[in-house]
Amino acid sequence: MSQNSMLKLENVSTHYGQIQALHDVSLEVNKGEIVTLIGANGAGKSTLMMTVCGDPRASGGKIFYEGEEITQRPTDKIMRNGLAVVPEGRRIFSGMTVEENLSMGGFFTPKADYDRNMAHVYELFPRLKEREFQRAGTMSGGEQQMLAIGRALMSNPRMLFLDEPSLGLAPIIIQQIFDIISMLRDDGVTIFLVEQNANQALRIADRGYVLENGRIVLQDTGEALLTNDEVRNAYLGG
Amino acid sequence: MNRTLYPAIFAAIVTLILTSMMLGIKLKTEGINLTLHSAEGSTWTMIFVATAVVFLFQLFRNQLTGLVKLPTLPTVESMLPEGKKGDRIKTLAVCFIVAAALIWPFYASRGAVDLATLALIYIMLGLGLNIVVGLAGLLDLGYVAFYAVGAYTYALLSLYYDVSFWVALPICGLLAALFGFLLGFPVLRLRGDYLAIVTLGFGEIIRILLLNWTDVTGGPNGISRIPKPDIFGLEFSRRAKDPDNMPFHEFFGIAYDPSYKVIFLYLLALLLVLVTVYVINRLTRMPIGRAWEALREDDIACRSLGLNPTVVKLTAFTIGASFAGFAGCFFSARQGFISPESFVFIESAIILAIVVLGGMGSQLGVILAAIILTVLPELAREFQEYRMLMFGLLMVFMMIWKPQGLVPMKRPHLELSTGDKAK
Repeated sequence: MSQNSMLKLENVSTHYGQIQALHDVSLEVNKGEIVTLIGANGAGKSTLMMTVCGDPRASGGKIFYEGEEITQRPTDKIMRNGLAVVPEGRRIFSGMTVEENLSMGGFFTPKADYDRNMAHVYELFPRLKEREFQRAGTMSGGEQQMLAIGRALMSNPRMLFLDEPSLGLAPIIIQQIFDIISMLRDDGVTIFLVEQNANQALRIADRGYVLENGRIVLQDTGEALLTNDEVRNAYLGG
Repeated sequence: MNRTLYPAIFAAIVTLILTSMMLGIKLKTEGINLTLHSAEGSTWTMIFVATAVVFLFQLFRNQLTGLVKLPTLPTVESMLPEGKKGDRIKTLAVCFIVAAALIWPFYASRGAVDLATLALIYIMLGLGLNIVVGLAGLLDLGYVAFYAVGAYTYALLSLYYDVSFWVALPICGLLAALFGFLLGFPVLRLRGDYLAIVTLGFGEIIRILLLNWTDVTGGPNGISRIPKPDIFGLEFSRRAKDPDNMPFHEFFGIAYDPSYKVIFLYLLALLLVLVTVYVINRLTRMPIGRAWEALREDDIACRSLGLNPTVVKLTAFTIGASFAGFAGCFFSARQGFISPESFVFIESAIILAIVVLGGMGSQLGVILAAIILTVLPELAREFQEYRMLMFGLLMVFMMIWKPQGLVPMKRPHLELSTGDKAK
């Protein structure tokens, strides 16, 4: 295995009861890359991401994170090891304030790093600083998405999973979110991006995978996929 | 003028109340009754003169200090950071309430103090269950089981091993916590309704176990003659049961009065409640308290942040159970007699009703609801048969008018500053 590999899936299958959601999926994310996974509704994008996190557990194949096998590791152990997730639909704690949400993100962060991470998040999203003591549930969708990303960054992750960060947001906010994602990559965070908004995602991605019915059907650089006829027809609206 | 007028009026009223209570009213014993007598007219004149003097002094304080040049003390407000002033009023209010609760039993009737002690037990139970249901969002219908564990632990320890109340108290808490842990371990993977059913079953198992394990627990006969708590070896009975001990009244050389015991039990319950409030208050401010709330709000988000939901739920369950253990220990010491009858499902339901009625997660609400739900049925003793009916009606109307509870839990909330930054 190359020194450069951050995340590697080898022939991973996942079942929900009798139904197989992933069929022998293999993919690799290298350090410092943005890799995007695109696909239609129900293709298994979120399942793939959650399988890496150990819930549901893979029924076959192997998952390596930073060269170590994590296939059977409990979810909380996986999540405390430099990996952070921005879950689909944001899932912020709506009854808590912005600051409390962030503090939950830094639950396992050593005290020494905690304040620095908090300052970093507020620097990336000045909007959150303005709303520090506001209840998270009363903020707009874009602000909530920023909070969800900020919360994930509180653990100072080496790798960040984003599940549909553009879902239900205005185009200008989507642009902002994608700018931030590029910025994080420049800071050295490896990013795995699951998106339906294929156009935007492929534009910032170094490489991309296309998932269809639980199988990887295409993989290439972001640019190549953007110009690929099949992808254009299926996901980019011709 | 206004700046001195209100403090002056306030000072005058305080003076009036204090002096009229201390000087204006006299207590006299007539036979076995205490009667109130008003003081003579001259005393009342002096009281009103004093009040007027205080009022005028406060009103013209600034001018007077200018004349005499009294040294000025720094005000507390100037030393407090912004935003803490509201907290100060709150602390003051809490101090007043605690002081009132401490002094009150010496003036109230024995029955009232006894009822208040019962209310305090329910406050403790409500606060404990509030951790599980209100904060962590786990519906526990068998909370009374931990209460029973605490009560029977003390009863059995004192029966078989002659353990005193103070030694048994921490043991009861620990044992109830252990039961919480043992029950929580397998069942906390369940959610919502399923969890409720399993905890309901657990509550019944404990009760039926106590009922049928006749050799040890005495079965339906229960355990009687459980010793009352003592204070540094001083007992509150007429004659000390333990030859090493001495009765309280003999030690202080005062006449025996059974109400001492009642007041002592009340004060002890008050102490336990205060400790409970303090500990839970601290817990909710600690990361673990936040984790409970976060878990209640979003399970999946918690998992994505690396929290193990089972562990977080288990801490809530265990800590909640330990408070029921303390309450149970005190309950058996106060009653002197316990039987499985005291730990039936309706008790669980009442404790849960206290939490729901008070407002999930809110400490103040739970305290209020516990007082209401214990005092109201006593006041309505004549309507004994209709008690449950009234209780049900109350719950139904509460759910319609105030589904959030009496005092809904408040999250910290600050107004956004609309200064120049907003533009």
